[in-house]
Amino acid sequence: MDKIRYQVLAGTHTGYRLLLWLLIILIGIGLIAAHHMETQGHWVTGMDNRVVWGLPHVFAIFLILSASGALNTASISSVFGRSDYQPLARLSGLLAVTLLTGGLAVLVLDLGRPDRLVVAMTYYNFSSVFAWNVFLYTGFMLVVLIYLWVMMTPQMRGYVRSVGVVALIWRLILTSGTGAIFGFLVARDAYDTAIMVPLFILMSLSLGMAVFWVSTLTMCRWNGYRVAPELSEKLRRLSAVFVLGVLFLMALHHLTNIYMAHHQGIERFLLVDGGVYPWLFWLGFVLCGSIVPVWWFLDRRFCTPAWTVTTALMVIVGGLCHLYVTIIGAQAYPLRLVSGYRVDSGFYDGEITHYLPTLPELALGIGGVSLALLITMLAVRILPFLPTVTRPLPGSNQG
Amino acid sequence: MMTNPANKPRRHFLGRTGAGTALLALAPGVKLVDLTLAKDEDEPASDETRWGLLVDADRCTTGCRACVSACEEEHALAKTSRTQLDPQWIRKVDLVDESNDRSVSIPLMCQHCEDPPCVEVCPTGASFKRADGMVLVDKHTCIGCRYCMMACPFNARSFVHEEVTGQKSYSPRGKGTVESCTLCVHRVDNDRTPACVESCAVDGHGALTFGDLNDSESTVSKTVRSQPHRELRPDLGLNTGVRYRGV
Repeated sequence: MDKIRYQVLAGTHTGYRLLLWLLIILIGIGLIAAHHMETQGHWVTGMDNRVVWGLPHVFAIFLILSASGALNTASISSVFGRSDYQPLARLSGLLAVTLLTGGLAVLVLDLGRPDRLVVAMTYYNFSSVFAWNVFLYTGFMLVVLIYLWVMMTPQMRGYVRSVGVVALIWRLILTSGTGAIFGFLVARDAYDTAIMVPLFILMSLSLGMAVFWVSTLTMCRWNGYRVAPELSEKLRRLSAVFVLGVLFLMALHHLTNIYMAHHQGIERFLLVDGGVYPWLFWLGFVLCGSIVPVWWFLDRRFCTPAWTVTTALMVIVGGLCHLYVTIIGAQAYPLRLVSGYRVDSGFYDGEITHYLPTLPELALGIGGVSLALLITMLAVRILPFLPTVTRPLPGSNQG
Repeated sequence: MMTNPANKPRRHFLGRTGAGTALLALAPGVKLVDLTLAKDEDEPASDETRWGLLVDADRCTTGCRACVSACEEEHALAKTSRTQLDPQWIRKVDLVDESNDRSVSIPLMCQHCEDPPCVEVCPTGASFKRADGMVLVDKHTCIGCRYCMMACPFNARSFVHEEVTGQKSYSPRGKGTVESCTLCVHRVDNDRTPACVESCAVDGHGALTFGDLNDSESTVSKTVRSQPHRELRPDLGLNTGVRYRGV
């Protein structure tokens, strides 16, 4: 058996340099957009007093969920002792940290007062899921950094499994916390259900794998090595299972709502006659983001790296569509202000809110994604995250 | 000594004038006594009081916006570049009963819930409930995350999307923070009623009754105890401080 070696990425690849510059430009545009939103106020966005979380939240939650899910490979390697996953474990941990950084950057820069970040770090209301998440996010980053350190330090190898277990538990709690942000919103018919927690956990597994595929295979290509076909096959099947899991829980969520008479209005809106939302749901999430990817992940005719990246990109786009419907569609639908009454007011009560994201919002969201990718690309140039071989060491189960 | 009957009207005149003069002289003093009875600035709110508001939908008329205008004037709530961005501390909502098409009009504002969802979700504790039941926002610790707006079942909170000018010292506002009805805390703490209540009374409809729900002798408490009323979303079990009659 070959011995696993890790190396830094040689930065001479044209694609790498071009992407690096593109990401720097996109981050710059994102920062300008954030500055514009802060100095002018949120009137420059498509958000208003009815749709209060817009496109930046879609990107932020996508990145946060992906961060947790990106750690799948490392967890499988360290916690479950699957040594064939070991070569990609470091990259898996790195992506978890960088994606979370990108997501948090978007979340903070979309605040009405991003300059008060220190307030958010020093004043806590422990009945708030948001406040828990401040600890969960920062704690996750710390745990994964320690995880990476023990993986990369030969003298610390003995602790890899223990730290891996902590990271696994932490990420499950983290995604539970993110799902609970929505699940605990009792006033909104689209949420107010505990199923949001397992749904978000599965979304994280699915999206994280998709982002992992795209990043890993791209860097593998730059680094000039190929992921072992057996490992690739396992990961593809795993990805399909995660996508199917999301689809199952999503179906369960909507069917439960349809069963409840007072939730039928929101279900009809999101799934049938809500304008852009049913299109994003059925075409974007169900068809392009779930059914087709499951088929392509399981069909060996589509097992080449190029097809795998394409399939993963479809899962990512489907996930963004899904989050858009879940986050924004639910706000666009009017609240039930008074049971048994139709309502009308100058504040658009009882009416559908029309939300159209603006360029600053899009720029901020893409800036966050770019930040995550840029840090990843720089990190692999500085530290040995990429394996030179993908074959496992005999009897090894350490990352 | 004999009294001259001719002097009687003059004495009456002098007596009445004197009484009137005394009344005029004492009135400011009475007012001063009132002011000394008002709360000290450092005196904390007491949980012996639960401020509440009863809205009588049978008296509130469609098209009347006296309460909304009074609120806008009291708190310097100016219009913004887009209607959807306007501050809506209080708004008029027309309701149509789905069972019989009966229409009513009500003012809708922060319901000052006993268990406010906005307070529970606020990460920094900027949204808070005073001991006397008022739900307020600390503008110094609000980071503008808008989670409270997601949590409010009544869309009763507004986000300040633009720079604000002409603020009142007793009602600070700030771009990038969330705000809502304060129940005119600055007035209530000085033994006055909220601006909307005062305006509704002046306008002649008298649809709003404000007072201490814990005080069995207060009008609002007596009415709530003796007449049918409801919360807007009783299913949520929030025990709101604002109640509605005729809905």
